[in-house]
Amino acid sequence: MAIRASRRIADVVAFVFATAATAFGLVWLTWILWMTFRQGAAALTPSLFTQMTPPPGSSGGIFNALYGSAVMILLAVVIGTPVGVAAGTYLAEHGRHTRLAAAVSFINDILLSAPSIVIGLFIYELVVRRAGHFSGFAGALSLAIILLPIVVRTTQESLLLIPDTMREAGFALGLPRWRVTRQILYKAAMSAILTGILLGIARIAGETAPLLFTALNNQFWSANLNAPLANLPVVIFQYAMSPYDEWHTLAWAGAFVLTAFVLLLNILVRLIARKGKQG
Amino acid sequence: MNDSLTALRITPAEITPPPASAKVAIDIRDLDFYYGKGHALKDVSMAVPAYSVTAIIGPSGCGKSTLLRGINRIYELYPDQYASGSIAIDGQNILDRRYSLSDLRRKVGMVFQKPTPFPSSIRANVAFALSYYEKLPKTEVSDRIEDALRQAALWDEVKDKLNQSALGLSGGQQQRLCIARTLAVRPEIILLDEPTSALDPISTAKIEELIHELRQRFTIVIVTHNMQQAARVSERTAFFHLGELIEVGNTSDIFTNPREQRTRDYITGRFG
Amino acid sequence: MNATAAKILEAPRPKKSGAGADRTFELITSGAAWFVLVLLAGIALSMAWGGRLAFKTFGWRFITSPDWDAVGGHFGALVPIYGTLVTSAIALIIAVPVSIGIALFLTDIAPRWTRGPIAIAIELLAAIPSIIYGMWGLFVFAPFMAAHVEPWLSDHLGGKAVIGPLFSGPPIGIGMLTAGIVLGIMVIPFIAAVAREVFSAVPAPLRESAVALGSTRWEVLRHVTLPYTRSAMIGAIFLGLGRALGETMAVTFVLGNAHDLSASLLMPSNSIAAAIANEFTEADTDLYRSSLIALGFLLFVVTFMVLSIAKLLLLRVNKQMGRTH
Repeated sequence: MAIRASRRIADVVAFVFATAATAFGLVWLTWILWMTFRQGAAALTPSLFTQMTPPPGSSGGIFNALYGSAVMILLAVVIGTPVGVAAGTYLAEHGRHTRLAAAVSFINDILLSAPSIVIGLFIYELVVRRAGHFSGFAGALSLAIILLPIVVRTTQESLLLIPDTMREAGFALGLPRWRVTRQILYKAAMSAILTGILLGIARIAGETAPLLFTALNNQFWSANLNAPLANLPVVIFQYAMSPYDEWHTLAWAGAFVLTAFVLLLNILVRLIARKGKQG
Repeated sequence: MNDSLTALRITPAEITPPPASAKVAIDIRDLDFYYGKGHALKDVSMAVPAYSVTAIIGPSGCGKSTLLRGINRIYELYPDQYASGSIAIDGQNILDRRYSLSDLRRKVGMVFQKPTPFPSSIRANVAFALSYYEKLPKTEVSDRIEDALRQAALWDEVKDKLNQSALGLSGGQQQRLCIARTLAVRPEIILLDEPTSALDPISTAKIEELIHELRQRFTIVIVTHNMQQAARVSERTAFFHLGELIEVGNTSDIFTNPREQRTRDYITGRFG
Repeated sequence: MNATAAKILEAPRPKKSGAGADRTFELITSGAAWFVLVLLAGIALSMAWGGRLAFKTFGWRFITSPDWDAVGGHFGALVPIYGTLVTSAIALIIAVPVSIGIALFLTDIAPRWTRGPIAIAIELLAAIPSIIYGMWGLFVFAPFMAAHVEPWLSDHLGGKAVIGPLFSGPPIGIGMLTAGIVLGIMVIPFIAAVAREVFSAVPAPLRESAVALGSTRWEVLRHVTLPYTRSAMIGAIFLGLGRALGETMAVTFVLGNAHDLSASLLMPSNSIAAAIANEFTEADTDLYRSSLIALGFLLFVVTFMVLSIAKLLLLRVNKQMGRTH
């Protein structure tokens, strides 16, 4: 009887622990999101989107930061997506059983989880040092490098999901490989690759560390990619770490906008994925 | 022997077999095929007459699909598969590396076991290879699409929804679409790899009817594990076992009076 | 008899423009693949190059020296390394059991209709940008720790033998413990995702026969699930470690940027990533900058090794489960 009791106790403990662990995770999620939205919502004003980042002690907006982030993200997508899709295509198609593909797939997955601050230092050495100044272009480049492994992995996985009979059917018609890939395979994998890019955007939108040594920040309005460019994450960082209350408020507002953007993208991705499964 | 065959109710169709002097569409000589170290086809030689249906039967693993995939060299997609010997079409050995694959696949179309419509509209599916091979004005493309769909007995069912996605069609319709896609290019030879094994009986019957129609204009080679089907649709039948061609002849002869014991055993259900 | 052997993987080459186009296409895709390798090499090389001044000046002492004197020009990596390791250790101590618990909950306990939503919620923890973690940590969590948790810890544990020094010191909120906890929360979704996937891949017959023999939930976990998924779990832990080591923004906000070596978890410290983030733009001498880049090189090398181990373990698991990549 004593044995049974201790086994029963262990089982109950396991049950309670597992439930508590899940609650633990959910509590943090709720706390973080709730505080971000509460603090941020209090600071939301229309001027947020019309005024530029202010000097210490005054209030303003984050329009230049939003613009700079948007431009750099867009540029990163333009640079990183073609390279990522091409590499992912090699891994899934031409090079499917080659050693090169195995090595690239391995290295790619490591790059996926690599510290983004190291990427920032890399671009600093490569671009900023040579040019002698920080630039939005360098920032976009570092974001592109963070985006790249995500696009590679997504492209590879979505292409591999397509059964080989579809490829054979295309080849049996006499079509060359590039046509089979472009007109059949890419079309079939399109929504999956797109969701990968959207998730990649969600990831790079929040990246701060690499921008610290590439785009830096710019207090004033600037659309010049060849100079320091304002961006949301670095603004949040600088303002939050500062001793000024107005800047703290602005930092929370920025955090709200950033979090809302990332969450909306995630929801959008899930909606697309579900639609893809039905159709 | 005849008693056990009739007991199985395999009645060869009333199809006149091609005369011995008929044109040979595919002349296979000394064909060997290898999957890596495995020797899948051993020294196969057979002649496939033109404008007729030749069925390839045998237990699973006997090499029948392998033979089919050799005729359009689709095996070349896979690095460790290769063939030696000759397969002559229109007097040229198509296994020769110098023979253009796109020429080959224009002459030889293939329909697979599982229907594989491309993720596009019905119209785009049928015209897929057309735009690649020929530069045609738009009206002629539409004509060719209609022509192919009619030949595949699908036109009436889809003529009002040509722009809809092909993925919305039923299995049987998708398979006929794949046939139409192949027909649009106007091949000489059509290879069918177990085309109805994934379909319901009604779709199967429709496709068998289609094959009856198509034999007048094309040379058809069909792989099937269904002996009744082979008896219904073909004029010539070839029986394979463990990579070897055991016997080939007129379908009625194979099913009523096979020469080889192994053929007899397979047909009467002793194995396979 | 025509003897031909057509061997190579090859798509059709039509007489028209196709042949050249196909070759170009292959060149483009393989070039992009090579680019990924070149990129990694480039990152490693540029870090090594940028840090060479520091490595040359300090030699091996760079790793063992606790100095950090910008004025005098003495830099050592010991404090950042220490801070990185301690915060990562705390993070794993929290994240690993919690992740296993979540995986158990999602595969065994939760009603089926709740599994999807809860799993999505846990995944959202990974989607939240680390700078948000940092802000929340600085403005919400650290004050909470300072007001409620740390006084309790130093009062009740600060005087005890052995573990006392770990919990002594003023309750400022900013410090290794707070940073470790925030890091742990960030790492949970990564480990939990792998754990959940492999827990549900344990073959049903294996679990069912254990249950049929009368095993409790805990016994199935301990004697069937965990041993079966051991490689994957170790891989998941290394993956979480790799992420924790390189995490910058969350730690920068709440670790304190103090170049002091202290035993107490309640005290501020520094991590490699936080040091670089906090000081790089203010580094005014070549040696200073080079030391920071040298820190980055060390971080890169260590995370590369940790993530490689994780990947190798997870690849082996994938092969066991019959996947091709």
